[in-house]
Formats: sequence, C-alpha cells, structure tokens
Amino acid sequence: MAMKSKMMMPVQKEYQELAKQKEPARPVLSNCIRAFLVGGVICLIGEGLMLFYQRVGGFSEKAASSPTVVTLILISVLLTSFGLYDKIAQWAGAGTAVPVTGFANSMCSAAIEHKSEGLVLGVGGNMFKLAGSVIVFGTVAAFLIGIIHVLFKLGG
Amino acid sequence: MLMQFVWAFVIGGAICVIGQLMMDVGKLTPAHTMSALVVAGAVIDGLGWYDPFIRFAGAGASVPITSFGNALVHGTITTIDSDGWIGVFTGLFQVTSAGIAAAIIFSFLAAVVARPKG
Repeated sequence: MAMKSKMMMPVQKEYQELAKQKEPARPVLSNCIRAFLVGGVICLIGEGLMLFYQRVGGFSEKAASSPTVVTLILISVLLTSFGLYDKIAQWAGAGTAVPVTGFANSMCSAAIEHKSEGLVLGVGGNMFKLAGSVIVFGTVAAFLIGIIHVLFKLGG
Repeated sequence: MLMQFVWAFVIGGAICVIGQLMMDVGKLTPAHTMSALVVAGAVIDGLGWYDPFIRFAGAGASVPITSFGNALVHGTITTIDSDGWIGVFTGLFQVTSAGIAAAIIFSFLAAVVARPKG
C-alpha cells in the first residue's frame, strides 16, 4: 500500500510522481476482453453443470446451484494444485478472479504456499489470508441487511 | 435452451469486466474488488433484485462472487422469516455452506497432497 501523501518527504513525493509517469499504461481494453471471454466460459461451464444436475441429478432448479458450485470449486482446486489455474489467471485477470472458482483458488493457493510451515500454523492459519476479506465483508453486509429486514420488514 | 447459455456467458463475462475495470481503472487491489462485489451482491439481494437476475442469467449470475453476497443475505432473510430475529445469526451461512465447506475441505486435502509450485 502506498503511504499517505501527507506523511511523505518531498523526495518521496517526487519519486512517486516519477514512478507514476514511468508506469506502463494498462491495456484496459484487451484486459477486459480477456476477462469477458474467460469469465463467460466459466459461467458457461456452470450453466452446463446446472443443467446436468437438474436433468440427471434430480435437483430442482434452485437446489442445483449448490452441487454446481461444489463441482466448480473442485475443478478450481485441482487446476490450482497442478499450477494451471494461476497460469490461466495471468492471462485472464478478473475473468478467473471474479467467479467462485477464483475464491477457491485464493484459498487453495494460500494453503499450498504455506504448507512448509506445517498443517496447523501454515495451512490452517493461512487458508483465509486472501479469501478472508470477502467472507468478513459479505457477512457484515448480510448482517446489516438482515437487521434492516427485522426492523422494517424490508427486502428479500 | 440455447439462449440460456448465451445469457450465462454474456452476463457472467460482463460481471468479470466490471471487476477488471475496478482493478485497472479504479486501481483497486483484487481483495478490495472482490469485497466490493460481494457487498454489491448482498445489497442487490437486499433490494430483492438478485433472484430475478438469476432467473434471467442463470449461472451467469450465480457463479460470479456477487452471488456469494446474495446467498448470505438470502439465507439470513429466509431464516428470519421462519425463525424470527435469531435468523440473523443462524441463517447467515445456510445457503453458502456448500461453497465454503467445499472450498475448505478441497483446499485442505490439496495442501496435504500437492507441492508448492514456482
């Protein structure tokens, strides 16, 4: 994280400005096209799984999303274990990060990365290092919306 | 049925583009982007709009991480309606249990078996 500009020495400020100028422009358009294609394909696979669980698994339309998510997470964890997910992610950017597979990837890669520190301190302690913020903010937001629902009978 | 797949692809891709723009143009870190998307999904479901969105886009709406926020709120509100205020605590993880449990279990097993790469 960058320091707050108020706390910086003049030299540091100068350096920050120079660094900003020299920073290569991000290829926003091509990044977006890649994210669109890969993210779309992952959701397409999800739609196929959803239909499969409805037709073959006997799940209702609503209930089918649970086995679909579990299957996508399994695929993501397998690809992460073989080091493939991160390779795709380098090309796809948000296309692999935004779907639920990216959530599983962040947990799995943190778990594998810290394996050398042991199962308890390494794997157990670091699994939520990246995914934790998503769970914390989702939980607090859902809690507040739930409270609003209790008080004013709104939402849902 | 074909259109179902087209919309899943287009809407799912579009949500990923929003995430990409938040990172590239908004200069947010991936963690900030994901947290914001989850909160957005929660608020959208709080307004009652996420269910119609899933009916329209299918997996295009239920696979992106915004759906995690939607599922948290959905479990909470459904349980509040059946069990009262305690549902705020007992219902929160009801719908998301499958995703969180699967992610923990598979990640743990993978970490036991796999070796760190690069």
